Amino acid sequence: MASGKEIRTQISSIQNTQKITNAMEMVAASKMRKAQERMELTRPYASKIRDVIGYLAEADSDYRHPFMEAREANRVGYIVVSTDRGLCGGLNNNLFKTMLQDSRFWNDKGVPSDFCTLGQKASVFLNVVGGNIVASETQLGDRPSAEQVIGSVKVMLDAYRDGSIDRLYVVYNQFVNTMTQTPTIEQLLPLQAEAEPEGKYRWDYLYEPDPRTLLDGLLTRYVESQVYQGVVENIACEQAARMIAMKSATDNAGEIIDDLKTEYNKARQANITQEISEIVSGAAAV
Amino acid sequence: MANTVQCDIVSAQESIFSGEVEMLTATASNGELGVMAGHTPMLTGLAPGPVNIRMADGKEEVFFVSGGYLEVQPKKISILADTAERAHDMDEAAAERARQEAERELANRSSEVDYSRAAARLAEAAAQLRTLEKLRRKKR
Repeated sequence: MASGKEIRTQISSIQNTQKITNAMEMVAASKMRKAQERMELTRPYASKIRDVIGYLAEADSDYRHPFMEAREANRVGYIVVSTDRGLCGGLNNNLFKTMLQDSRFWNDKGVPSDFCTLGQKASVFLNVVGGNIVASETQLGDRPSAEQVIGSVKVMLDAYRDGSIDRLYVVYNQFVNTMTQTPTIEQLLPLQAEAEPEGKYRWDYLYEPDPRTLLDGLLTRYVESQVYQGVVENIACEQAARMIAMKSATDNAGEIIDDLKTEYNKARQANITQEISEIVSGAAAV
Repeated sequence: MANTVQCDIVSAQESIFSGEVEMLTATASNGELGVMAGHTPMLTGLAPGPVNIRMADGKEEVFFVSGGYLEVQPKKISILADTAERAHDMDEAAAERARQEAERELANRSSEVDYSRAAARLAEAAAQLRTLEKLRRKKR
């Protein structure tokens, strides 16, 4: 059994760790709330642009934009949204697992994948396991701006335009609630046709300058906004996951401290008992 | 009641304005235009410039948009604003940066995913987490 002093040192060291994890938990909780607010703010844009594209796609039916044309897949592209930092439980690993399953499914059919990574962890992971990373952006921070994803998205859109990839997916964690984050793969390109609402009143816009130019710009914006939405959502997930991970770390530290305290008291008690028995036996000898 | 129309100005990052307006003036790609209630459906690109809105009570507000799209329906006006100025060469520069970043970070340029290795790595990480979970349960 360790001596009293050793146990005391260990307890105080674990207490220090506990203080840190506790602080990190509280920081994550407050960051999560802010991230959730930002997540709500980005939704109106995405839904608006989706509506407009829906109308536009119907407006000029003899012109099919390449982003809407499904073609045979020879190579697929993934935009992988991950966190920059760790200490968030299995968040990133679950995401990578989902992504690899999908990528493997294509690979078995002889369709290789290209990757675009947003966030440090994804590029580190793909760097180790191999994988063709064509674009990357790290250090997105807690409040990423839409501009930060534009470059990476453009690389993938260009690849789609010139035919080097035939499908484009975005992979991110969907924020369900604080306890649940679901790894999600969404197909960005080609756009999947939405079910047409029945009995819809047909009308058309006036276009300036012309539908094609507008459609091209809007589709780019649409893909960007979807990816940006993914990034923002992933940050909320990161903070939630970190909060849970740090909470359980704090609880664990508390349990270890309790155990060590019991052990310390036992050691102390054993010490006292021994002293008493020494004194008693000494007194008896006299 | 004055003739007003619902107007929403949103960007990818946030909702900038939402409310009833009497008239909206903006710089479209083909020149300045004003929109009032009951305008025929229209869709146009916006050039960087101010967007002026006049509310029913005569109050005016000005927003700056660095480009975007203006969608008009008889009872609704929406502006999908860009968050930054978009020019082709600027986008190209951003894309180039992303490409360079990818190259800089990659020590290993193998282009095929090593699936077995990836699976092993993930399994290892998952096992670590499972062990922690188990340790925790045992304690209780």
